[in-house]
Amino acid sequence: MNILAAESSNPLLPPVGEIVVGTITFAILCFVMIKYVVPRFEQVFVARREAIEGGIERAEAMQAEAKASLEQYRAQLAEARGEAAQIRDAARAEGQQILEELRAQAQEESARIVARGEEQLAAQRQQIVHELRGQIGTLAVDLAGRVVGESLADDARRSGIVDRFLAELDGMATSGDGRGATVAESNR
Amino acid sequence: MTSSASALASVLAAEGSGGDDGFQAPTVEEFYPEPIAEFDLLGIAFEITRITLILWIATAVMIALMVAAVRKPSIVPGKLQFIGESGYSLIRDGMARDVIGPKGLPFAPFLASLFFFILANNAMSIIPFAQISPMSKFAFPLVLAVIVWVLYNWVGIREQGAGRYFKDAAIPPGVPVGALILVTPIELLQVFVIRPFTLAVRLFANMFAGHMLLAVFALGTVYLLNVGNFSIIFAPFSFLMALAMTFFELLVIVLQAYVFTVLTATYLNGAVEPAH
Repeated sequence: MNILAAESSNPLLPPVGEIVVGTITFAILCFVMIKYVVPRFEQVFVARREAIEGGIERAEAMQAEAKASLEQYRAQLAEARGEAAQIRDAARAEGQQILEELRAQAQEESARIVARGEEQLAAQRQQIVHELRGQIGTLAVDLAGRVVGESLADDARRSGIVDRFLAELDGMATSGDGRGATVAESNR
Repeated sequence: MTSSASALASVLAAEGSGGDDGFQAPTVEEFYPEPIAEFDLLGIAFEITRITLILWIATAVMIALMVAAVRKPSIVPGKLQFIGESGYSLIRDGMARDVIGPKGLPFAPFLASLFFFILANNAMSIIPFAQISPMSKFAFPLVLAVIVWVLYNWVGIREQGAGRYFKDAAIPPGVPVGALILVTPIELLQVFVIRPFTLAVRLFANMFAGHMLLAVFALGTVYLLNVGNFSIIFAPFSFLMALAMTFFELLVIVLQAYVFTVLTATYLNGAVEPAH
C-alpha cells in the first residue's frame, strides 16, 4: 500500500478524476448561484431601493400636498376674512343708511305731526274765534241793549257796531295783551 | 511486570528501535484516504474518497443555504437572507464594483460562487468529523485557478482585442525599451503561468499546512495521553495548541477564500481595462 500511495503522493500532481469531480462540483454551485441565487439577491436589492425611493417620493408628494392644502387653507382664510370685513363694512354702511332713513322719516313724521297739530290748532282757533265772535256779538249786543235800554233792532246798525267793535278787538289782540281790559274800557 | 513498567519499556523500546511504536507524525498519507468507490469512465480513473464526499457535502450545504436564503426574498430580510445578502454584497460591492470597476457587476455572480465555494470547502477543515478541507487536495484549487485563468484571458481578448491584450501583456506601456529584455519574459510568465499557479498553490498550501498543523497537535495530544508515563502532563499544552490552531485556521479559512476572490477580481480588472 505504501508503494502504491507513494506513486501518487506528489501533492502537486493531482489525478485527472479528481479534477473532473472538482470541475463538475464547482460548475453545479456556479449554476445555482448564477441562475437562481444571485438574480434573487439583485431582485431584492432593486425592490429595496425602489421601496426606499418610493417611500421618499411618497413622503415628498404628501409634504407637497400638505403644503398646497395649507396654502389653500390660508388663501381661503384670507378670502373669508376679507369677505367678513366687506360684509361688516356693508352692514355698517347699511345700518348707517337705515339710521339716516329712520331719522329722516322720524323728522318728517314729527314735522308732519307738528304741522297737523298747527293746522288743527289754527282750525280750532278759527272755529273758536268764529264761535266767540258770534257769542260775544250777541252777548255784547244784549248787554249793550240792556245797559242802554234801547232796542237796537235795526240789523244794519247793529251789525255795523258789532263789526267795528270786533275789528277794534282784533287790533287789540294783535298789538298786545290786556285786550279784555281795553275792550272793556272801550266798551264802557 | 506492572503495566507502568511495561509502558516505560515500550517507550524505551520505541526510542531504541527508531520510531516504529513511538509518535507517528501525520504524513502526506493523510490526504490519500482509502477510496470508498473506484471506477473508470471514458478512460479516466475516478476515486471516491471521504474527501470527495466532504467536497460534495460542503458544496451541497452551501447551495442549500444559499437557496434557503433567497427562497422567500423580502425587502426586510430574515436572518438567513440577511447573512446571504451581506456575503453577496461583500463580493458584489467590495470586489466586483470597487476592484474591477464599472464593468465589474456582471462578474459578481461568478465571484460570489468562487468565494462561497472556497469558503464552504475551507470550512470543512475545522468542522468535526470532516476535519479536512478538499482545498488541501491540489486538484480543486487548480480547477478554480484554471477557470479563473481562462476567464480573465478570455475577457481580456474580448474587451481589448487579442493583439492589444497580448501586446500589453508582453510590453507594458511606459517601460524603457532597454528594460524590455528583462520585463517581457517576466510579464509574460507572470500573466500566463505564475498567476494561476500562485493562485492555486496559495490556497492549496494554506489548507494543506493548516490541516497538518491541526493533525500534529491533535494526534500529539492523543499520543501524550496514551503513552502512559509523566508525559501526560504535556497533553493539555498540545491540546491548547490544537485549539489555538483551530482558531487560527478559522481566520485562514475566511482569509484565503477572500484573497482568492479578490485576486481574481484584480486580474479581471486588468483584463477589462487596458493597461495604462
